[in-house]
Amino acid sequence: MSAYKAMAARLLLLAWFGMVNAFAQTPTPAMPPASPEMEARLKLLETELRCLVCQNQTLADSPAGLAGDLRREIRLLADAGKSNDEIKEHLRARYGDYVLYRPVVNAKTSLLWFGPFILLLGGAIMVWMMARQRRAASLAATPAISADEAARAQALLEGNDGPPH
Amino acid sequence: MIPELGHFALILALCLALTLGIVPMVGAARGNARMTGTARALAQGQFLFIAFAFGCLVASFLGNDFSVMNVASNSNTKLPAYYRVTASWGSHEGSILLWLLMLSGWTFAVSIFSRNLPDAVVARVLAVMGWISVGFLLFLLLTSNPFARLVPAALEGRDLNPLLQDPGMIYHPPMLYMGYVGFSVAFAFAVAALIGGKLDATWARWSRPWTTAAWMFLTVGICLGSAWAYYTLGWGGWWFWDPVENASFMPWLAGTALIHSLAVTEKRGIFKSWTVLLAMVAFSLSLLGTFLVRSGVLTSVHAFATDPKRGVFILTFLALVIGGSLLLYAWRAPTLGLARAPRAFTPMARESLLLINNVLLVVALLAVILGTLYPLFVDALGAGKISVGPPYFDSVFYPLMAPALVLMGIGPIARWRGETWPELAAKLMWPLLISLPVAVALPFLLGRWTPLVCLGLWLALWIFATSAFAVARRFRATAATGWMAKIAANSPSYYAMHIAHIGIAVFVIGVTMVKGFESERDVRLAPGESVNEGAYAFRFVSIGERPGPNYKAVQGRFEVSRNGTVIETLTPEKRNYFASGQTMTNAAIASGLTGDLYVSLGEPIEGATDGAWGVRIYVKPFVDWIWAGCLLMALGGLLAVCDRRYRLKTERKPKAADITSGAQGVPAAGD
Amino acid sequence: MARAWRYFLPLAIFFGLLAFLWKGLSLDPRAIPSPMINLPAPAFTLPQLHAPEKTFSAAEMKGKVWILNVWGSWCVSCRYEHPSLNRLAKQQLLPIIGLNWKDVPADAQGWLAKFGNPYTLSVSDAEGRVAIDYGVYGAPETFIIDKNGVIRMKHTGPIDEKILEEKLLPVIRELQK
Repeated sequence: MSAYKAMAARLLLLAWFGMVNAFAQTPTPAMPPASPEMEARLKLLETELRCLVCQNQTLADSPAGLAGDLRREIRLLADAGKSNDEIKEHLRARYGDYVLYRPVVNAKTSLLWFGPFILLLGGAIMVWMMARQRRAASLAATPAISADEAARAQALLEGNDGPPH
Repeated sequence: MIPELGHFALILALCLALTLGIVPMVGAARGNARMTGTARALAQGQFLFIAFAFGCLVASFLGNDFSVMNVASNSNTKLPAYYRVTASWGSHEGSILLWLLMLSGWTFAVSIFSRNLPDAVVARVLAVMGWISVGFLLFLLLTSNPFARLVPAALEGRDLNPLLQDPGMIYHPPMLYMGYVGFSVAFAFAVAALIGGKLDATWARWSRPWTTAAWMFLTVGICLGSAWAYYTLGWGGWWFWDPVENASFMPWLAGTALIHSLAVTEKRGIFKSWTVLLAMVAFSLSLLGTFLVRSGVLTSVHAFATDPKRGVFILTFLALVIGGSLLLYAWRAPTLGLARAPRAFTPMARESLLLINNVLLVVALLAVILGTLYPLFVDALGAGKISVGPPYFDSVFYPLMAPALVLMGIGPIARWRGETWPELAAKLMWPLLISLPVAVALPFLLGRWTPLVCLGLWLALWIFATSAFAVARRFRATAATGWMAKIAANSPSYYAMHIAHIGIAVFVIGVTMVKGFESERDVRLAPGESVNEGAYAFRFVSIGERPGPNYKAVQGRFEVSRNGTVIETLTPEKRNYFASGQTMTNAAIASGLTGDLYVSLGEPIEGATDGAWGVRIYVKPFVDWIWAGCLLMALGGLLAVCDRRYRLKTERKPKAADITSGAQGVPAAGD
Repeated sequence: MARAWRYFLPLAIFFGLLAFLWKGLSLDPRAIPSPMINLPAPAFTLPQLHAPEKTFSAAEMKGKVWILNVWGSWCVSCRYEHPSLNRLAKQQLLPIIGLNWKDVPADAQGWLAKFGNPYTLSVSDAEGRVAIDYGVYGAPETFIIDKNGVIRMKHTGPIDEKILEEKLLPVIRELQK
């Protein structure tokens, strides 16, 4: 029975996210238009921030009411002279790392950011070692041949056509 | 009655699949010809029953049978007939049945196109595919029955999600699934080889066409998904590194590495354990993708309705299939392929370059896996919630792929075994001398020079130039005279390689131009007003209403002019669907060779007396080259599969050492 | 023999992945934990819902344990949790302050009149800026704030009897000691 309740609670939670947009919250108050540079800068910033309601869209694209409020908040902060980093920190203090699409580089995310590079290094080392091993093994596997066999080999190479390749 | 027949057919299919998994496998182990001989018939029988069941589901949708829960949840009497058919795979249950249809279809194909394979091998391959079917059939019958009844029946259905009422829904899932499921063939060949104890160049030759075919379908599937998102979602993006998008991209990366690795194993009989591992990893990633999309473990726009019971089932299935195959690998792989002395090759030889290429692809693959699953890792360790999005993937993926693109120009012209740097450099000199200056100069002509645009253009031009020179060199060396003869002198797979690589170059041009030169404007426009964007003027002419079959649309009319002359009329819409009450934004796009013009309606401005609307306008240069490139890649794949050497019957020679197997069936003028 | 061990590496990695995926089945990827737990509750001064000419500040609650509940007349889930809030209010354990988020005051007053008013008072956050300060991303949300004005707990989503009993009341009782 409790499994159903848990699922019902989950569905309600999902429905809640949907409802927030379906019903009329008061709309975000309009702001006077910004300069083109400010608009471009904020648009770029908003593509790196995650909408918390429509959680698979950026703040730039999300139609959610909260997204509109947050865009306005960002605009107010930018007008007050805050830098992009300060704006991101402002949002991060309130919503956590979840709101940043570009993960902060810290101990928690070090594996994420440096992992691929380390793997690449590992791959390069592996390739180099394989090449060395292969060359050594191939040299070792080539048996010493007698003068007779050497002559026959020479004749074959010069005269006969081997299998096509 | 029909749904019950469909349900029963699935149960029968399960019985056949179980038998297919057991009898031929035991027969191959014991050398019992009668038992191994049953494999083909069982595979074909399984396909017939699953196809019948699928037909029953489609019939229920077409007949508006709302006593079937799936139909009632996903269809509607006003839904056009062709969408009623696609609604059959628009739900979780229906899409699993589509998976099964594809899986049994591929199994059927393997049972037919394998006359020249030894019976024991065919038996094992089909048996492995049978086991995979067993897993999916159990999943369907136990947790996701599409034929579950709704009692009492509904009078009207809830309608298909408006987002899915689109031609994209007709083609994207089937193509995607053909790809995902197609990798199961390569998987089955790998497992069969490990069980049978024979892993050689012949195995690689058998696997290759199947793998290439699956890869081709997956390429088309991903391409369609990206194009569909572009024109449907209204924000002009074509790739978001969304978890479900990544779930399709990961098998694609593994598949690409696999195709190249198979080429080396077929030609030179080396890298066998890597190739086998890649074959298993590609399909494992398909399965992992299925889990991620349906278990609720990651949040995504694509995710199906989730159920913890389903998640547990799929995870168990994953553990058995992937765990089992990797265990088999760990146990058997060390003993295979060590009988002969390893073959040496120089650092500049094609083997070496392909190895580096594969390392790059695999590291890129691991980076995508890492980025997709990292939020889950952090959360599972109780360290909070983080997001990993496009900024991460873009920073990591492109730098990894750039060297691979450089290699793409070098690999095809490097000799096997003994290529040396001086020879190679001589072949590369002209392509470099041509591509580099053009790439540096072009951005100036296009209006804006940035290092990334220059790099992107150079990589694409590099691939064009090296391919062109390689083909020219090949033609000059061919003894035949006349264009037709020269073309015919080379195998389809040779052209396939170049076409696929050129497809990537075209793709790179699309991405570079879009990222470098696209523009976007959010404006407030009233009917009669006009706005300039780039070289174009967009005029909002009028707004009106238009009725649809199961929706009502508000349609705007826009005229786009360049230098004063009207070149396009665009009609973006906002559709309100009756059954669900949902509103969809349908952007209007004018596509052209050099780019797209994209207009989408936002919302009517509150309290505006002039009837103004919020409008989003995009100019996207060369964006269609992205998908044109993908289609070219797929065309290359198609050509490769059609190569005659896969259809030649090999003579039943007594299998000598592996040394001769590399020379068997090698096409003229080795590619 | 040492060479053969590296073939087990893919299997080992897979088992690690499996463990994480298994754990993932019991996690909710959509829930966002608050970074403001054990940090001072942001100060605010807002007009009261039923008396717009008067204001209310968070500072007025210093010395008391109190609940801040984010709600709106447009929010369906708030209706689901409202009976539990009403019951809690009847117990008179602690003051419940309502943050009326992005709502029209007339609609909000009507909603409370219809479904009951568990709030000591409600404040109107019409522009939503205070909600953003508190890291609100959906309604309803409930904050438990201690005597020193520090946020001790945040619950996102509707409250029912079970959550009240098991999650909220123990914390409230502990803080009130």
